[in-house]
Amino acid sequence: MSTENERERDEEAANLPDKLGRERLAAPVRRTGMFGATTTGDTSGYGGLQVRGSAPVHSQRPFTDPDDPRTADFDRVADDLEAALGDDAGAVERVEVARGEITFHVRREALPQVARVLRDDPALRYELCTGVAGVHFLDDTGRELHAVYHFRSLTHNSEIRVETTCPDADPHVPSIVSVYPTNDWHEREAWDFFGIVFDGHPALTRIEMPDDWHGHPQRKDYPLGGIPVEYRGATVPPPDERRSYK
Amino acid sequence: MTVTEDYIDASGGDWDDVIEKAQATSAERLVVNMGPQHPSTHGVLRLILTLDGETCTEARVGIGYLHTGIEKNMEYRTWTQGTTFVTRMDYLTPLFNETAYCLAVEKLLGITDRVPERANVIRVMMMELNRMASHFVAMATFGMELGATTVMTNGFREREMILDIFELVTGLRMNHAYVRPGGVAQDLPPGTVGKVRELLKEMPKRIQTMRKLLDENPVYLARTKDVAYLNLPGCMALGVTGPLLRASGLAWDLRKAKPYCGYEDYEFDVPVSDGGDVYARYRVRMAEMEESLKIVEQCLDKLEPGPVMIQDAKIGWPAKLALGPDGLGNSPDHIAHIMSSSMEALIHHFKLVTEGFRVPAGQAYAAVESAKGELGCYAVSDGSTRPHRVHFRDPSFTHLQAVAAMCEGGTVADVIAAVASIDPVMGGVDR
Repeated sequence: MSTENERERDEEAANLPDKLGRERLAAPVRRTGMFGATTTGDTSGYGGLQVRGSAPVHSQRPFTDPDDPRTADFDRVADDLEAALGDDAGAVERVEVARGEITFHVRREALPQVARVLRDDPALRYELCTGVAGVHFLDDTGRELHAVYHFRSLTHNSEIRVETTCPDADPHVPSIVSVYPTNDWHEREAWDFFGIVFDGHPALTRIEMPDDWHGHPQRKDYPLGGIPVEYRGATVPPPDERRSYK
Repeated sequence: MTVTEDYIDASGGDWDDVIEKAQATSAERLVVNMGPQHPSTHGVLRLILTLDGETCTEARVGIGYLHTGIEKNMEYRTWTQGTTFVTRMDYLTPLFNETAYCLAVEKLLGITDRVPERANVIRVMMMELNRMASHFVAMATFGMELGATTVMTNGFREREMILDIFELVTGLRMNHAYVRPGGVAQDLPPGTVGKVRELLKEMPKRIQTMRKLLDENPVYLARTKDVAYLNLPGCMALGVTGPLLRASGLAWDLRKAKPYCGYEDYEFDVPVSDGGDVYARYRVRMAEMEESLKIVEQCLDKLEPGPVMIQDAKIGWPAKLALGPDGLGNSPDHIAHIMSSSMEALIHHFKLVTEGFRVPAGQAYAAVESAKGELGCYAVSDGSTRPHRVHFRDPSFTHLQAVAAMCEGGTVADVIAAVASIDPVMGGVDR
């Protein structure tokens, strides 16, 4: 009974406006200003506006929402994954349930272990990995690069997301090609576009860009490029330099 | 060009030089480049083949020749403008690209259940027609590559019937940007149902003609039976889905497993074959076209009058467009409303179109069963009017990894059949 009360108290504490406010202020600034004007002065009065990202979501059990059929097997999957990982259950930093999707945030060192368990454990059986997508968050200090994997179980007809991060200063994530050979090209793509080094990949080379290309084009600090276009005396700047809403 | 005691690398240079040097060595292994400008590589695919006589001992795939930075470009446009980009990825399955993208955006917005019923029925109908068009091209180009030009001309002729419908509905034969977040760009114009009914009457005969031409054709069988074999574990390891997976014996179809756009309300079968070879893939594609016809017919019965765009003024663009001689035109009623009766509506329209709508921060993955396999769209929003990141899991991209598994140890002629049976479209592979 006392543990029940404690848990309730913890939950209440977690929802205190003061705490939420501080969390919110600690979140990274996603953008400043309202308009994309960087060359001319922003006369709208919105120039000092700071829009912050949301603090990381820690979903609490139960993950299954009885009103949302999409979440039906989330509790089972989380339990099975925890059981299958055994002593390594700490590999999963946090779980996020949103929009009928479940995301396991995994420490990068533990990724191959998690992938192996996901594929081989009879209760999980995620036979199909639909590849990895890199995402770059310039403002997520220390976790700038995210590698996002989607797994699909044909046996249990279930779908999960596994996310891991690495800092720009040390862009290394272990490769899972030895577990899911299909990730060969997907990891090469993420290396090519984001500069994430997948340690243990059999041949991590560029795949879309030419071999001698400099830089990783889909990173947020890499410009889109383009040239101004002249039309009847007026000049239209390239898309990333146009004045526009953000 | 390099010639050693061990191999002749003929991946570049003058053929006269190659032959001269090759005659001076006893090497039997030949490394050749097939593509990127080879007619049977479906665009700009580069195959680097190591040949020992007629046998292909190693097959390497080089891609990237058609990379256009679609994913990066989308980060600089509004969410609605994104459809204009994604439709150009796999240009033979534009409506699948658009639908996958819009499903992901709708999931992010949390409006999946609010997309009007009519819009969903139209999406399903257009996707199934698109599946047939894509399979016809797969069959046609395959025929051409094996030297059967009749199959090619027939396939493209059949596809033209479908493109006529696309042109009538969207104003364009390809690159439609017809499916939009919240619904579709406009309602079916008058005469569409009649034209689709005509197609439903004519198409079974056309499919039958093609079946008669190929099903038992000894030449076709010789080129396709037991060629480019890939079994079920191979498919799983390499992430192969779609007709290739179903031709290896597993009836896996996202339309059944994870229904979207109301697929659970349609009756159709998932064709499956356990051949695991090129012929099995052909049979599966043929049968799928017949199933698609069934679905299209059910769509026509399900079409109830109603809106085709979400009834939410903050998201839905005007969707009652007039079809002009140059394609999709303006929305006359809407223009009359904003220009002469409501200043607020004008401001609202201006904001919606130039600024776009904001999508709550977060991430979503939506997948559809495209003509080629699982087409997934992973979208990340940072809460602004533009995507933070959109990534497409294109089936062709994943499937091309299977080339080595299918071709090595076979003859060089079978490489053509193997690549054709994968049905890759480089626009989708390279994006």
